[in-house]
Amino acid sequence: MKMCLAVPVLIRSIDGSNAVVDLGGVSRTISLTLTPEAKTGDYVLIHAGYAIGVLDESEAKETLDLLNQMMTLDEKGQPSKESDST
Amino acid sequence: MKWIDEFRNPHLAQALLTQIRERAGQPIRLMEFCGGHTHAILRFGIRTLLPSALEMASGPGCPVCVTSSTDLDRAIAMARIPGAILTTFGDMVRVPGNHGSLQSARAEGADVRIVYSPRDAVRLAQKTPDRPVIFLGVGFETTAPGVAASILEAHEQHLDNYFVYSLHKLTPPAMRAILDAGEVKLSGILGPGHVTTVIGTEPWKSLSAQYHIPIAVAGFEPLDILRAVSMLVDQIHQNQVRVDNAYSRSVHAEGNTTARTIMNRVFEVCDAEWRGMGMIPQSGMIPRNEYAAFDASKAFETTVKPVSEPSGCRCGEVLRGILLPTQCPLFRRTCDPDNPVGPCMVSAEGACAAYYQFGDQPRED
Amino acid sequence: MLPIISLGINLVKIEQIQLAHGSGGRLSHELIHGLFRRYLSNPYLDELWDAAVLPEQGARLALTTDSYVIQPIFFAGGDIGKLAVCGTVNDLSMVGARPLYLTAGYILEEGLPLPDLEKIVASMAETANRAGVKVVAGDTKVVGRGNADKIFINTSGLGWIPKDVNLSPRNVRPGDKIIVSGSMGDHGMAILCQREGLEFDTPLASDCAPLNGLAQAILTHPGIRVMRDPTRGGLATALIELAQSSSLGFEIQETSVPVHEGVRGACELLGLDPFYVANEGKLIAIVSSSEAESVLDTIRHHPLGLEATMIGHVVDSHPQKVGLRTVLGVTRIMDMLSAEQLPRIC
Repeated sequence: MKMCLAVPVLIRSIDGSNAVVDLGGVSRTISLTLTPEAKTGDYVLIHAGYAIGVLDESEAKETLDLLNQMMTLDEKGQPSKESDST
Repeated sequence: MKWIDEFRNPHLAQALLTQIRERAGQPIRLMEFCGGHTHAILRFGIRTLLPSALEMASGPGCPVCVTSSTDLDRAIAMARIPGAILTTFGDMVRVPGNHGSLQSARAEGADVRIVYSPRDAVRLAQKTPDRPVIFLGVGFETTAPGVAASILEAHEQHLDNYFVYSLHKLTPPAMRAILDAGEVKLSGILGPGHVTTVIGTEPWKSLSAQYHIPIAVAGFEPLDILRAVSMLVDQIHQNQVRVDNAYSRSVHAEGNTTARTIMNRVFEVCDAEWRGMGMIPQSGMIPRNEYAAFDASKAFETTVKPVSEPSGCRCGEVLRGILLPTQCPLFRRTCDPDNPVGPCMVSAEGACAAYYQFGDQPRED
Repeated sequence: MLPIISLGINLVKIEQIQLAHGSGGRLSHELIHGLFRRYLSNPYLDELWDAAVLPEQGARLALTTDSYVIQPIFFAGGDIGKLAVCGTVNDLSMVGARPLYLTAGYILEEGLPLPDLEKIVASMAETANRAGVKVVAGDTKVVGRGNADKIFINTSGLGWIPKDVNLSPRNVRPGDKIIVSGSMGDHGMAILCQREGLEFDTPLASDCAPLNGLAQAILTHPGIRVMRDPTRGGLATALIELAQSSSLGFEIQETSVPVHEGVRGACELLGLDPFYVANEGKLIAIVSSSEAESVLDTIRHHPLGLEATMIGHVVDSHPQKVGLRTVLGVTRIMDMLSAEQLPRIC
């Protein structure tokens, strides 16, 4: 098990301090004991059976927007393309 | 998949790399504290893409790797207690102690079981009330709160057969020890994104100020890592020293206060032995007196034979960022994932395992 | 399937396998006639001689063997019996052979419920019929409780190879294309998820299937260099082995390898790499570049190959190594995974 790793999953339902979470159609029951503020529909990071933090979607979008802006302002004028020939 | 794929966008990665290349002037060395970062950097081929003036040194952020061999021997001794069930994260099973591993103990009849969560161990304890279930607690501040919560759960359910052998460790003291030792000259630090999700950025702010070293807290997807590297390069370029948060969707200044409260309620700080680094004061966690009933080290007497590090093993130097795995004379010769000499080759996040699996990637430029 | 009544055997009373079922005496006979022959009957097996006497083939023969110890023995998409037939049929198919005959050796744990054994044997019979093979020889041993885990099966398979079929890694040439017949990681993850109690909206099922029909369709094309089914160790291991045997290098596009969403999710959750997870109903084909598109088309028209994709090509550089071009466009060399990622998945 990768110790540093926590995976972002969607909370589909909550039952007490447990939540059923979803990643790509796989669901798992995990504990919200460490993130009692989490709600259904939130994305949380899970690690060793516990949610350790709630993902801030607006921050995530802002980060991606920032990177997209940076890309379009790239000196070369266009995003660099990878040639995908196999 | 949401919040994973977007942060692997190759075009955005290229844009970040362009930025990094433009601004990286003089040679700099950054330490990625986390084994998870070393792994991701190699898995996605980021190492190849970074300009050669930018050196990445791996740090001691691999909890499996820094578990002392004597502590592991004690865990193995606990596994051998008749009737006991030792539960552990999968990574620990093949790590060589001084006299075998948990895996070899299992082959000799010890009941060693892999779990994905300490909750699985608590459930097991409920199902087998007549057998002591010992959970091997390895991990930093990302993992310790969950283990603490499992002790609280066992306490609530009046379980008398759930124990934790806590080898949990704290991250900032290890970073300080590396900087104090001064063995490797660092221009900046890639901070551990999930540890910081729990502990918040404050501990890094004081460390950054004290040692005058730029820090950028990073997540584990390629864009997260590249963004943090870019921020560090900027700081260095502009002669600034601060803590940048390159993982703002998960990391907040105050961290996760609930998780820390639970962790501190159950655990207190103690001195701890770090494999390859010796004793670091106030860098470990053990259950407080109030929860002593769940402390495996108090419940079980274990005698372990005296230590000797395997000859030639240089995991310590790899963990302290002095040696690249490829520079270790045993790498690929006598030490490989099938016959690991030290833990860096066994753990999924060990630097040596990452270099072995993903190859030593030559720089593109 | 022969009716029990005509054999005068009454198995209804027996609920569990007993040691005596392996002794060669009356209970052994009842098991053979009352269960195995009911499902697996064919002229060769029915002789019940010490060995099956088979017709001449007039061609090169292919012979293979495999043992199956999968845990759990029943899983979404199949069972140990189906797997035992598919695995051996597929090994024969990968060398270009047409599978004909199988043997089936059973090691049963005392206490194995008879209905379970019956389900497994019925499944073997159904799979064998589907694949067009016959089980012509068998053996049963029973060991004491605790000395085997419910049931282990060994199957050997015999097939014949048409004159013009000569597959080998040594046929591979730079420029050849590498095709996979469908999504990777389904079998191993289905097993692991069942063991770990992970749940799915649409449950992950093993892709266990006999590939001889698909293999034969592929072999109607010229320019087929070699085939391999990526079982234990997954796609990566199979590709590395092929590269080593061919002494050439492979380049694979990471993003072109089909992986189902659920498998990806399960792998992320469990910290596994789908490229190293077993498949039991997929194949890799290395094909000359001029034939590649039409071979791909043929595979896609077969029910077992609907998601077939070209995932890479063969190169002169880094001989014997497989280069993976990651999502960032960087190529890194893939290595063999050493430790057992997933125990007892086949």
